[in-house]
Amino acid sequence: MMADAKTPAERPLSPHLQIYKPTLTMMMSIVHRITGAALYFGTLLLVGFLVATAAGKDAHAMVGAIYGSFLGKLVLFGYTWALIHHMLGGIRHFIWDTGAGLGHPERETIVKATAVGSVALTLALWLIFGFGK
Amino acid sequence: MKNSSSSMATPRSRVKGLGAAKTGTGHFWAQRITGVALIPLVLIFIITVIRLAGADHAGAVAILKGPLTAILMLAFVLTGVYHMRVGMQVIIEDYVHGEGVKLVCLMLNTFFAALVGLASVYALLRISFGL
Repeated sequence: MMADAKTPAERPLSPHLQIYKPTLTMMMSIVHRITGAALYFGTLLLVGFLVATAAGKDAHAMVGAIYGSFLGKLVLFGYTWALIHHMLGGIRHFIWDTGAGLGHPERETIVKATAVGSVALTLALWLIFGFGK
Repeated sequence: MKNSSSSMATPRSRVKGLGAAKTGTGHFWAQRITGVALIPLVLIFIITVIRLAGADHAGAVAILKGPLTAILMLAFVLTGVYHMRVGMQVIIEDYVHGEGVKLVCLMLNTFFAALVGLASVYALLRISFGL
């Protein structure tokens, strides 16, 4: 037994993602994880801005020019959506943690609400504050 | 659990309530509690970014220097890096199976979160006190 410890045992594996028919809740769970991972690396955008501002006028202007470019705005738009989507998804999980909203129609409703809400809030923020600047 | 003679666990481990995984609900709880805190902090962060957008250097410094903004931004950054470290740990544990690679990834995860946190805190404090 102990001698075989390094070779992985041929045990049956539990079915994984590809076995199941995709459902809305499943897809949103996956998106929650993807947005979380994106936000993880997206913090570098915040660090870049803060450090540049601390460094001085020139660095701040340079970062401002990069973030204000078309590509920069596109990334920031994506970052905004990921942040809001992940936050709403987190609130959804808090509701589910209490045991509420897990029934058949409710869980789809709550998932759709967070999906639509994240897009609507992101667009609202950018239309009101983003594109002019 | 009540009958100590029928349990293989030592009295100490029974008190701690932890099994072979060596951890309990601490990780789960840390993720939730930072998540709850991040709801208002993210909203404050978004408001701060909106205020900062379009501001020149002096304006940005003035905004970030405000005590309330500075404290809440520090809270956002510190809570955020803790939350993201805990979250990325779960992702690594789910997808990285080789013990050695997993250990390295978990270490890098901690280093990354710490660096992001330290750099942000340094910058925020320097803006507040030093410029």
